[in-house]
Amino acid sequence: MADSIMDLTPKPISGKDCTQHAPDIPGAAADISGEKDDKTYIIEIDHISKWFGDKQVLDDVSLFVKKGEFVTILGPSGCGKTTLLRILAGFNLPTEGSVRMNGTDITEIPPHQRPMNTVFQRYALFPHLNVYDNIAFGLKLKKVDEDSIDKQVRRVLKMVGLTDYEERDVESLSGGQQQRVAIARAIINKPQVLLLDEPLAALDLKMRKDMQLELKQMHKELGITFIYVTHDQEEALTLSDTIVVMNKGKVQQIGKPTDIYNEPVNPFVADFIGDSNILNGIMVEDRKVLFMYHEFECVDEGFQPNEHVDVVLRPEDIYIMARNDKGQINGTVQTCIFKGVHYEMTVITDHGYELLIQDYNAFEVGQEVSMIIKPFDIHVMHKERFNNSIHGTLKDSAHIEMLGGLFECEPVEDIESGSDIMVDVEFEDIELMDYTEDGGAAGCVSFILYKGNHYQLTVTSDNGDDIYVYTNEVWDDGDIVGIRILPKDIRNIRRI
Amino acid sequence: MSLSKLVQKRSNWVAPYVLFLVLFVVLPLLLIAVYAFRNPAGQFTLQNFVKFATQSEAMNTFIYSVGIAIITTLLCILLGYPAAYILADSKLNRSKSLVLLFILPMWINVLMRSLATVALFDFLHLPLGEGALIFGLVYDFLPFMIYPIYNSIQKIDKSYIEAAHDLGATTRQVFTRVIWPLSVPGIISGIMMVFLPTISTFAISEILTLNNKRLFGSIIQDNMMMSDTMNYGAALSLIMLIIIAITSAVSGDDSDLSEGGSLL
Repeated sequence: MADSIMDLTPKPISGKDCTQHAPDIPGAAADISGEKDDKTYIIEIDHISKWFGDKQVLDDVSLFVKKGEFVTILGPSGCGKTTLLRILAGFNLPTEGSVRMNGTDITEIPPHQRPMNTVFQRYALFPHLNVYDNIAFGLKLKKVDEDSIDKQVRRVLKMVGLTDYEERDVESLSGGQQQRVAIARAIINKPQVLLLDEPLAALDLKMRKDMQLELKQMHKELGITFIYVTHDQEEALTLSDTIVVMNKGKVQQIGKPTDIYNEPVNPFVADFIGDSNILNGIMVEDRKVLFMYHEFECVDEGFQPNEHVDVVLRPEDIYIMARNDKGQINGTVQTCIFKGVHYEMTVITDHGYELLIQDYNAFEVGQEVSMIIKPFDIHVMHKERFNNSIHGTLKDSAHIEMLGGLFECEPVEDIESGSDIMVDVEFEDIELMDYTEDGGAAGCVSFILYKGNHYQLTVTSDNGDDIYVYTNEVWDDGDIVGIRILPKDIRNIRRI
Repeated sequence: MSLSKLVQKRSNWVAPYVLFLVLFVVLPLLLIAVYAFRNPAGQFTLQNFVKFATQSEAMNTFIYSVGIAIITTLLCILLGYPAAYILADSKLNRSKSLVLLFILPMWINVLMRSLATVALFDFLHLPLGEGALIFGLVYDFLPFMIYPIYNSIQKIDKSYIEAAHDLGATTRQVFTRVIWPLSVPGIISGIMMVFLPTISTFAISEILTLNNKRLFGSIIQDNMMMSDTMNYGAALSLIMLIIIAITSAVSGDDSDLSEGGSLL
């Protein structure tokens, strides 16, 4: 059916020859196949940074995309994923770095000369044209003859399931139909790369699921490289060959959906992809990790003895049963909700940890239960930091300027005033205040992680430093807080 | 029913406006229609319409008025479209104050502006007449053309422009295939607001041509002023109204107009 669409003769980028040059890019993390052979990469994003005024939206992003791959860029809103896609499409120029396609630098090639097409988030169908003319738009610009246009329009319409919709006014179509027209309008041009900017975000759940399957099918039939942007982790897991998880303008992890799900590299990824329990633990030795006051066997190696780690447990990986003496941990069921296929329960352990558990069997609220976690289901991650190392300036022997504010410290004698210094502050030694005046500095809660028995907050201070805070109080994302640190808790003041 | 109850019922709120419309819009229109089909003695007649069709003076003035209106409208589009395009482009027009400058002359009475135009022509030693008339009309009506076009261009979703670029359109093709067709409703709005009022203008034409060139509005006014020709004047008004109604209907449906936006 799609044979004419599939004859994807590569279109050379106008004005430039495709040169075979082999750049050596250090630190390019996207390579999951191991071997990096330039010829197999259709898109190479090379150390891209983007600033809008003084706000950095992309921070040194590198990504390689193989021909024919379905790559999803996944992240919360404001993580820079749409900006990255717009740089690929040519609507924005990166502040630093370059984009190559088939080995040719296309960073400054305007959008209309790039052999890629975009499916826009809100479809962007031309309201003055009907379905046929919207889809034929690209071919008419290329002065393709009428008969050929007619044939191809009918073919893509059939492909997206909108046969006989040619004459319809685009505004009379439903969201799902408009989406199909937008996809048809893009793929009729036989792009080498199809860029999709949250194409399903405006559809209802049922429609979204159907369209996901259709997109996957279309990708298979067309053999075009898809680069797909979404904030929906489930969509990413369903569709992609490769997922790129982004946060705050940085690539967090690149990998296959199963790798991202089973082996998240940091708490952000673990928290963002799927449901998870993230707990503090200590790696006693190889294959032995202590958390929730119990030493578990695990499969992770290569940590320092007694290294502090983050432990990820997926809710479906915790085996729950009526209280008996075979369990590794004991607890009491707090809530139990039926979720269709499974029950979702929260269990408070005897040591006060709250665990999210999914099981096919329901346990009543208040029932005493025991739990087992198998070694293979425990995922151990290096902590990103063990304490907050904060950069500051010593104002005088008892005051430090840091985090955009002034803090009192214990008297310092051996460092002269005005020096650049570093200090250490433990996560639990930082107190957050409702009123910014009550703290030495002000900040904004930018990420919240529940650690089973406390919260780990990321607070971005006024001068842009991120500090981690352990707290039992409930804060919301975006809360403006005062940061209070007692003088005795500012430790290890050292000159740099 | 007490007054407070009358006020409470929402549907009663329209009553004053209905009254206003009946007294000042519907009734006068009916009177025009009635007068148009009567002779000064008050008998029914079609004589007024036959006179318009057979007497060359009114007909010629009418054709001349339409010609002037067409020229004025075309000049307004020619001058107004680029201006509106520049105003709507956030890159070219960073401050919105430029829009205000274009709208500003409309705050001053039309007669004052026409008198000022006369003074300007005198100062430059230019003769008054047809040229001055067209200049004055364009000057008076240009903002009415710019504003609806500006409105419609400004409302074009930027993603349409990006989508067109993405599909391979050059900047010129983006204009001819997306921006221009999407601004047509604005142009139609502009035409309605320039072309139709120009036909019925009378004071401006009298001032700017020293009463040498007469537009259709002047003829109506002349006839309306005297009681023995009032019925003929009413017939001319009715003819003009019908022509305006036909033009409006042809120019497009309501939805197009609301997209274009207007000043009224």
